[in-house]
Amino acid sequence: MTSIKVKLKDSDVQQLKEVAKSFGNASGELINVLHKAQEIFGYLPAEVQEVVAEELNVSVAKVYGVVTFYSFFTMLPKGRYPISICTGTACYVRGAEKVLEEFKRILKVPVGETTPDGKFSITCLRCVGACGLAPVVMVGDKTYGRVTTDGVKDILKEYSE
Amino acid sequence: MLICGGTGCRASASDVLYKNLNKEVKENNLEDEVQVITTGCFGFCEKGPIVKMIPDNTFYVSVKPEDAAEIVAEHVVKGRKVERLLYQDPVNKEHIPDSKHMGFYKKQIRIALRNCGLIDPENIDEYLAADGYEAMGKVLLEMTPEQAIKQIIDAGLRGRGGGGFPTGIKWQIASKVDADQKYVVCNADEGDPGAFMDRSILEGDPHTILEAMVINGFCIGATKGLIYIRAEYPLAIHRLKIAINQAREYGLLGTDILGSGFDFDVEIRYGAGAFVCGEETALIHSMEGERGEPTFKPPFPAQSGYLGKPTNVNNVETFASVPVIINKGAKWFSSIGTEKSKGTKVFALAGKINNVGLIEVPMGITLREVIFEIGGGIKDGKKFKAVQTGGPSGGCLTEKHLDTPIDFDNLLAAGSMMGSGGMIVMDEDDCMVAVAKFYLEFTVEESCGKCSPCRIGNKRLHELLGKVTKGQAGMEDLDNLKNLSLVVRDTSLCGLGQTSPNPVLSTMDNFMEEYVAHIEDHRCPSGVCKDLIRYEVIPENCVGCTACARNCPVNCISGERKQLHVIDQSLCIKCGACLEKCKFNAIAVI
Repeated sequence: MTSIKVKLKDSDVQQLKEVAKSFGNASGELINVLHKAQEIFGYLPAEVQEVVAEELNVSVAKVYGVVTFYSFFTMLPKGRYPISICTGTACYVRGAEKVLEEFKRILKVPVGETTPDGKFSITCLRCVGACGLAPVVMVGDKTYGRVTTDGVKDILKEYSE
Repeated sequence: MLICGGTGCRASASDVLYKNLNKEVKENNLEDEVQVITTGCFGFCEKGPIVKMIPDNTFYVSVKPEDAAEIVAEHVVKGRKVERLLYQDPVNKEHIPDSKHMGFYKKQIRIALRNCGLIDPENIDEYLAADGYEAMGKVLLEMTPEQAIKQIIDAGLRGRGGGGFPTGIKWQIASKVDADQKYVVCNADEGDPGAFMDRSILEGDPHTILEAMVINGFCIGATKGLIYIRAEYPLAIHRLKIAINQAREYGLLGTDILGSGFDFDVEIRYGAGAFVCGEETALIHSMEGERGEPTFKPPFPAQSGYLGKPTNVNNVETFASVPVIINKGAKWFSSIGTEKSKGTKVFALAGKINNVGLIEVPMGITLREVIFEIGGGIKDGKKFKAVQTGGPSGGCLTEKHLDTPIDFDNLLAAGSMMGSGGMIVMDEDDCMVAVAKFYLEFTVEESCGKCSPCRIGNKRLHELLGKVTKGQAGMEDLDNLKNLSLVVRDTSLCGLGQTSPNPVLSTMDNFMEEYVAHIEDHRCPSGVCKDLIRYEVIPENCVGCTACARNCPVNCISGERKQLHVIDQSLCIKCGACLEKCKFNAIAVI
């Protein structure tokens, strides 16, 4: 997993410490602490993981192991408009793969990465449970159902600035 | 007026619809007579958002926010049904006035989903009015743990998460272990793509899970309950939190519940997206803040689970059946279903089927009834090819299995499994080799990497399938696929690896001719595998309308207006846009 270098501000470190403290600095709360940290920063760069490890008194390797194990955690910042394409089975048989290809083709970034301007990122997710609307695409919290390859352009147009 | 507030219908603006309906009710001064209630999922997701009128059960489908005024003005004020919003029978095109007469609901028996779409999940009083917490009262005040466990054993309830282990026996084992602390865990880490019953139950009827967990705690002697839920289910989490707070306020959770002297409380733990965490030992490690890797059983969680203490793990749907069994009796429950699989099962019907949605049917119903009567048949009049049950751990069933009664054992015998109840229907346009590859891709991504058969074996299986779909495989690769599948199945540590080759094995059993066509003829019979197909213009059908050329994303189609068009095969990315756009059947997949 690739990562980028960031310098945490003192206030950020302080905030992380408070989060760890709210969970009693217990190592068993690692996943809960990471959930909170990702809520605050939007992603989990190595520097955040180092602080978490220090506060919960576990090795950085262990934190990294947990972060990379779970698909919900990410070490890369998402775009301002994160695009998630559902690739669950129901969406797959109704053409999700073509929709994904179209997003990749237009935005010119692979799955898991963000456009250079930081505007869009593409990720795949497994089943949002709206199988009646398959194939489903989410941009941020907004859900688009029955998306076609033609519809991809229209979705992106909604976010032109 | 009941409005579906499940995730599916919300995505189609059912929350705006709710606001609009309330506004209309107010403007017509009907607040004393009409109540607008947001409920959980009705199951009929294909035609969401759904509005159901009580008491006559009028069932409006695909309702848009702007339809609110008409529903209130016509249905409520004038007493006339809004004909155009009624469900239309796909066969005879008749409008069906109420849900009781819809093919989708006729064969269903709702036990786990009994309150979904009927009550407001954010209001405990509505659950209480629907006999909520009655079973808990009965168990805590009138029964011994042994008596309650016996009810569950006699009912024949089996784990609905996929394993099918007898629930009562599991409880009995946990109850007999001596420990100062035990735990009850609800597995709500629904990771099977295409299955969304647990989410719907949590969103539509969260109290039933709390009630069942208290009963479970009393039976095995645990005072702490944990719900392990996917962080990807924000609405379910929100409603669970409300439910827990309300139950605490009413004294239905906490200390000395209903004056019985029994203490029990529930906490929520969040998953972070790992399919393997559906396996109970992996789930327990994840709750402890570790990587969700499974460990060898024994020791079973009933002996040493969460923090090393005896732990009973059950799935959401299993818990949802418990209060009904206590209320209506083991005999009633076991009268439904087949000899070894009692009661009902919730299935998430999806894929190429007319009525996508959530259904609950008695065990022993046939696939034909589910797909063609409840599901309304295959989309766009295409031909049925296969139905995939059990998610990535299951297999594909075909035409010849359509009349097999569905239960745990029959599905296993047919080379698939019940799994959590996902049912994905595929038609003639789906390539079964590509489907098997799709599932393997999922397994490769989700394998935790702890044991090598699963970590390496599945990767190799995926590569072999890749070779087949590219037309690069030889016939000897079929033997390799089969042999390696059996090795992965027999030597993996946990359920994930033991079942991951099922999609390969079952498609090889049932669709060998498709594998052979890919290998020997370099042809994908369904026209899916990109490396084996090409799009061509059929000269006699092409009228030169330019639709294909205008829609081609890579501009590889040339031709003047009213002249024959030609596809440049060297540039074509095989996206199929030309085929979709052509109105004259002039594009063919070869």
